Amino acid sequence: MPRLRNLGRGWILTASIVVFVVFRTVWSGHWNFPLDRATLTPFHTWLGSLMDSVDANRTSNPLMANIVEVLRTAISNFVTMLQQLISEPAPNASYPFIGWLGVIAIVGWVVYATANWRVALLAMVGFYAFGALGFWTESMDTLALVIASVVIALLIGIPLGVLAGLFPRVEQVLTPFLDFAQVMPTFVYLMPVALFFLIGPASATIVTLIYAVPPALRITAVAIREVPIVTVEAGTSLGTTRWQLLRKVQLPQAKRTIVVGVNQTIMAALSMVTIAALIDAPGLGQVVVSSLQKLDVGTSFQAGLAIVVMAIVLDRATTAAAERVERESTGHESRRQWRRPLLAVGFVGVLIAVYLSHTYLVAAQFQGEGSIGVPIANATQTAADWVQLHWGAATSAYTDWVSTWFLNPLQNALVNAPWFVTAAVVLVWACTFGGRRLALVAAGLIAVLVGTGLWSDSMVTLAATFFAAAITVIIGVLLGAWMGRSTIVDRIVRPVLDAGQVLPAFVYLVPFLGLFGATRFTAILAAVVYAAPASVKLIADGVRGVPETIREAAVSAGASTWQQIVKVELPTARHAIALATNQGLIYVLAMVVVGGLVGAGGLGYLVVAGFAQSSLRGKGMAAGLAIVVLGILIDRITQAASRPRERAEIGATH
Amino acid sequence: MTRRLRSGVIVAAAASLLLTACSTATVNSSSSATATGSTAAATACPNFNLAINAWVGYEADAAVVRYVAEHQLGCKVTSKNISEQVAWQGFATGEVDVILENWGHEDLAKKYITDQKVAVDFGPTGNKGIIGWYVPPWMAKKYPDITNWKNLNKYASLFKTSESGNLGQFSDGDPSYVTNDEALIKNLHLNFKVVYLGSEAALIQGFRTAEQQKKPFIGYFYEPQWFLSEVPLVHITLPPYTPGCDAVAAKIACDYPPYTLNKVVSKSFADSNSPAVKLIKNFNWTNDDQNLVAKYITVDKMTDDQAAAKWVAANQAKVDAWLK
Repeated sequence: MPRLRNLGRGWILTASIVVFVVFRTVWSGHWNFPLDRATLTPFHTWLGSLMDSVDANRTSNPLMANIVEVLRTAISNFVTMLQQLISEPAPNASYPFIGWLGVIAIVGWVVYATANWRVALLAMVGFYAFGALGFWTESMDTLALVIASVVIALLIGIPLGVLAGLFPRVEQVLTPFLDFAQVMPTFVYLMPVALFFLIGPASATIVTLIYAVPPALRITAVAIREVPIVTVEAGTSLGTTRWQLLRKVQLPQAKRTIVVGVNQTIMAALSMVTIAALIDAPGLGQVVVSSLQKLDVGTSFQAGLAIVVMAIVLDRATTAAAERVERESTGHESRRQWRRPLLAVGFVGVLIAVYLSHTYLVAAQFQGEGSIGVPIANATQTAADWVQLHWGAATSAYTDWVSTWFLNPLQNALVNAPWFVTAAVVLVWACTFGGRRLALVAAGLIAVLVGTGLWSDSMVTLAATFFAAAITVIIGVLLGAWMGRSTIVDRIVRPVLDAGQVLPAFVYLVPFLGLFGATRFTAILAAVVYAAPASVKLIADGVRGVPETIREAAVSAGASTWQQIVKVELPTARHAIALATNQGLIYVLAMVVVGGLVGAGGLGYLVVAGFAQSSLRGKGMAAGLAIVVLGILIDRITQAASRPRERAEIGATH
Repeated sequence: MTRRLRSGVIVAAAASLLLTACSTATVNSSSSATATGSTAAATACPNFNLAINAWVGYEADAAVVRYVAEHQLGCKVTSKNISEQVAWQGFATGEVDVILENWGHEDLAKKYITDQKVAVDFGPTGNKGIIGWYVPPWMAKKYPDITNWKNLNKYASLFKTSESGNLGQFSDGDPSYVTNDEALIKNLHLNFKVVYLGSEAALIQGFRTAEQQKKPFIGYFYEPQWFLSEVPLVHITLPPYTPGCDAVAAKIACDYPPYTLNKVVSKSFADSNSPAVKLIKNFNWTNDDQNLVAKYITVDKMTDDQAAAKWVAANQAKVDAWLK
C-alpha cells in the first residue's frame, strides 16, 4: 500500500512540473506582475506613510513620549553601564572601570565556577586573544551589547517559555510571532526600530532581542514539556500546588535544557553583531562594516576572527555549564573537596586583579594590542590579492557558465510564468505533502505574496534560493557522508563548519566580489557558505546514526564501500537529508538580504534600498514581508514532505 | 590535592607582585595629566554628536574636524555611524548635531530646515561633488570615443554579462545614492540595462577588477572619492546639465548637476556658544585635501586620528583660518 501511494505522489509531482513547463511556455511573460525599481504600489505608499507618521509624532504622541522613551532610556542606560564597566571610560575617566586583567580574571573564575577548569582556561586565552588581535575595546563593546541583550532576552523568554510549556494555548498564540521574528530579515526591522528607538545601543539591543528571544522561549517551553509525566503526576498526587510543582519539580528537571536555551540565545545575539552596526551598535561589527567600505579584506578578517573566537568561547562555556548541570542533577558530578576552597582563593585573586586593573595602567590598557592581529590581517590581504589576481579570469568565466546554463533558465521559468500557474503547482504540492490544511495555509500565503506587489522580484529570489539550497544539499551529502563515516574527518572539518556559521558574511563578501563580480552567483555562494555547515552537520549525524546491524548486514552481503553509502547509508539517513534540505532552504533565505548588497537583485536589494532610501522604505518593508512569506511557505511544505510517511498519510486522510 | 591550589596561589601572587613592581604608571596619574587640560575646556566646549556617513571622503572630513575639535579646542565629540538619510532624522531627535558633507537632498532640506526648522545650512565645505558615468582608464585608451555618450551604443555589446542578458550592463552601487541612470538610459535610447550591485564596495571592486583584467565595465561613480587615486576612472560626457532639466525624474535626459557639498547642523547646536560652532562654520578645504586624507586612511591604513594628525601638522595655517 505505501508503495502505491509513493508512486502516486511521484506521479503528481512529475505531472505538475510538466503542466508548469507547458503553461509557462504558452503564456510566457503574461500575468507575471513585473514592477520597475522605483515604482510603488498603493500598498508600498501606505506602508511608507505609516512610517512617516511615526517620525512626525515622536514627541507629541503620549504613547511614544512615555512608553517608548522610557524603554529606550532604560535599555540605553543598562548598556552604557555595562560599557563603562568593561569597555568605554565613564565621562570623567580615562579608562573603563575594569581593565583587561580584571575582565580576564572574572571570566576565568565564572567559567570555572559554572563549568570546569579546561574551558575556563580556553575562555581566558580567548579573551586574551581579543587584545592580541587588536580589538580589546571593540570586543568588550560587543560583549557588553551581547550581555545586555541576552539578559533581557532571558527575562522575557524564560517566563513566557514556561507559560508556553504549561499551557498549549499560549504556545499556539505565540508560535506565529516567533516564526515571524526568526524568518523576517533583520534589515527590514532595522529601520522601524531605529525610527522608534533612535540609532545607537538601545536600538541595537532591541534588534538583537527580536532575534534572540525566540530560541530562549522555544527551548524553555520544550524543556518544561519534556519533564516526564510520571514525575509531574507523582508531585500532583502528593498534593503540591501548581506553583510548588513548577518551582520544585518542573523547573529543576528542565534546568539542563534551559541552559541549552541560554547557549542558543547567546549565539543568536552574537550573530546580530555586524548587522546591528548599521544602526550604530558599538563594537566589532563597526570594524567589519567600515572595512567593507574600504574593501579592506585583511582588517575585516581580523575583526571577524575576534567574533569567531568570542562565539567559540561563549559556546563552549555554556555547553560545558549545561553538561555540569546535567551531571549534578544525575549525581554523576563527583564533588571534589578542593573545588570550594579553590573557588574562594580564586575569588580573592579576581578581586586583586580587578583592583590592579582599576588602578595600574598596564593592567587597565591592553599591552601589545594587535601583536598577532596585524600580521594575520596582512597575510590575509596578501593571500586575497594573489588569489584574485591569478584566479580572477577563470572564476568569472565560471560565473558566466553557471549563470547561463543553470541560473538563468531557472529564473526565467519562474519569473516569466503567469502567477496562477506557479501558484497552482505550489498548491498541488502542498496538498500532496500536507493535505488540505496545508494547501489552505499555502493559498493564504500566496495571496499575501501577490498582495505585496512584488511577485516578480519574489520569483528572482526564489530561483536563487532553490539553486543555492541545491548546492548546499549536494555539499551536505558529500561531506556529511564522509564525516559520518570517519571520526577523524569529523574532528577536522567540524571546527571549520562552526567558523563558517559565525564568521560574519561581510568578511568574505569582498574576496568573493573580486573573484565572481557583483552577480547573483556571488550572492548564492555567500548563502552556501552560511547554509552548508548546518546541512553537513545534520547529514553527518544522520549517517552516523545508521544502526551498526544494518551496516554489517550490507558488508556481509558483499557490498562495496560505494554501494554501502549509496544503497544503505544514505537511504537510511533520508530523514536527516530531508531535514537538511529544509534547514538549507531556510538558512539560504536568511542570507537573501546580504545577497542584495552584492548584486543578487530581487527582494534582497529592495530591502537594502528601503533601508537606505526614505522614499522606498514602504517598498522595502513589503519586500521583507515577502521574504517572510516565502520562508514560511518553503518551511511548511518541506517539513510536510520530510515527515515520516505514516504520519503524512494519517494527515492526508483527515 | 593541594598542589593545584598552591600553584594557583603562587601564580596569582607572582602576577600581582610583577604588576605592582614594574608599573609605576597608575590609571589616575596618567589620566590626571590629560584631564586637567580637558576639564578646563570641558565647560567651554560641550559634547556634540557628529554623524559619520559611510563613504571614506566623509570619514576624512570627520577625522580632521574631530581631531581639531578635540586637540585644539578641547571638545568632546561623539561619532554616530549612520546612513545619510537616517542622519537627517537625527536633527529632530537630538541624536545628530553635525552633518559634514551633504550631497543635495533637497527634499530632506525642505523637511528639516524649512518646515520643521530643526536644522541649519552651515555653508559649503569647499568640496565640489561630481556624479556621473565612468569607465576604467584602459577602455578610454583603447576606445577613445567611448567617453561621449553618443558612441555608447556602438560598444554596448562589449558590456553584456550574465546579469544583463542581451543588453550592456550599467552598474549602480549603493542604493542610498542619488541616481537617474534608469531614466537616462531610457530617454537617451541606450542599449543598456541598469544592474544594481547593492553596495559601494561591490561597485569599487567591479571597477578594480575591470582595470586589472582589462574587462569592459561602465557604471555610476562620483568625485571626490579615494578610489580615483588608485584607479583614475574616466568620466563620460552626457548631454550637459541645465537648471531645471532634471525637474521630472522620469524624463531626465541630461547629466547630473554639479554639487556644492555643504554642512548642515542642528538648530540647537547652531544657537549654542560652543567654540566648535565656529570651527564647523569655517571648515573649508579642497578636493585634493580630502583625497589626501582619504588616501592616508584607505591606502596607507592609518587610523582616522593618525591621518588627521598628519594632515593637520602639515596644514596648520588652514586650520588656524577655521579657528579664527
